[in-house]
Amino acid sequence: MESLPAQPLRLSSLALFGAFFQAGLMGFGGVLPMIRRVMVEDRKWLTPAEFNELISLCQFLPGANVANMAVIFGSRVCGPQGSVAALLGLLGAPVAIVLVIAELYARYGELAPVRHMVTGLSAGAAGLILATALKIAMPLRTSPLNLVVAALAFAALGIVRLPFLPSLCVLVPLSMVLAGWKLRA
Amino acid sequence: MSHLLALALIFAELSFLAIGGASTTLPAMEHAVVHQQHWMSATEFVRLYALAQAAPGPNMLAVTLFGWEVSGIAGAIVATLAFLLPACALAFVMGHLWVRFRDRQWRKVVQAGLVPVTAGLMVAAAYLLVRDAAVDWRALVLSAGVAIGCLFTKRHPLWFLGLAALAGLIGFR
Repeated sequence: MESLPAQPLRLSSLALFGAFFQAGLMGFGGVLPMIRRVMVEDRKWLTPAEFNELISLCQFLPGANVANMAVIFGSRVCGPQGSVAALLGLLGAPVAIVLVIAELYARYGELAPVRHMVTGLSAGAAGLILATALKIAMPLRTSPLNLVVAALAFAALGIVRLPFLPSLCVLVPLSMVLAGWKLRA
Repeated sequence: MSHLLALALIFAELSFLAIGGASTTLPAMEHAVVHQQHWMSATEFVRLYALAQAAPGPNMLAVTLFGWEVSGIAGAIVATLAFLLPACALAFVMGHLWVRFRDRQWRKVVQAGLVPVTAGLMVAAAYLLVRDAAVDWRALVLSAGVAIGCLFTKRHPLWFLGLAALAGLIGFR
């Protein structure tokens, strides 16, 4: 990348912890936009191009994308302890908050108003992921082959409920062969 | 103890298989914790998922609550760490190797190949959660309404979640 700074960026564990703490706590319904704001716009640790490069790596890897980002960025600027600091910052407060919510739900979940509210919330959360899924799936409509692979993945896991690992062992190589064939053509 | 071990094994395996993000493993999680282990009902599964969405932080916090439902705080910690550590260890190693392979042709093929599988898994996740949340026709309408709202307006998702909770409070009596 052309935009690499002459001096590689070095940060303290504390600075990393603080930045990811802020992003994790302010990130509702997706932390990635918040991490971008904190690291690119506020602190200017990364240029937009470097940030996009980092996202593409995190999406290439399995697991939660934002956790991968904390680990990789943390290790680049502060070594292994940087990874740990960024990850703890990202997840510490949200895990504590979600457990408080869960304990409250356990205590008051049987009350009729709470039960009705959570029923509505569940339908809403399901609607949210439906919108996300459609946003990801829509660009595939220009490619019949991709649509077939996506439909197979949907049917295998959503309808027939085949075991996950064997399904991926078939679908992912198949999809890669098709992608390689198309990239060459 | 055996529950904690089972939680650790289930979520550690899914950690490596979470292509394109944590949400693609939701169908497999639902299958494991609801239909195989019978730790919770499908309704409870989607309720915990929804509570995690109402909290700040990454989408993967739903994993924390699935663990919590099975074994309380210990279960929450075990499930969270099991889902995090394998993928994070891989990320730690690959983060340093990325410069070496990011421009290779095979990297582009792998990434392009993952896209349609990710899309199919996300649609499967959405289908299962909508189905699990649909206690009656009103819930189904609410899910559809939120999905349409998110697709065609620029409003923040949290706004729709709040509206859905309010609709539940008023409409599901």
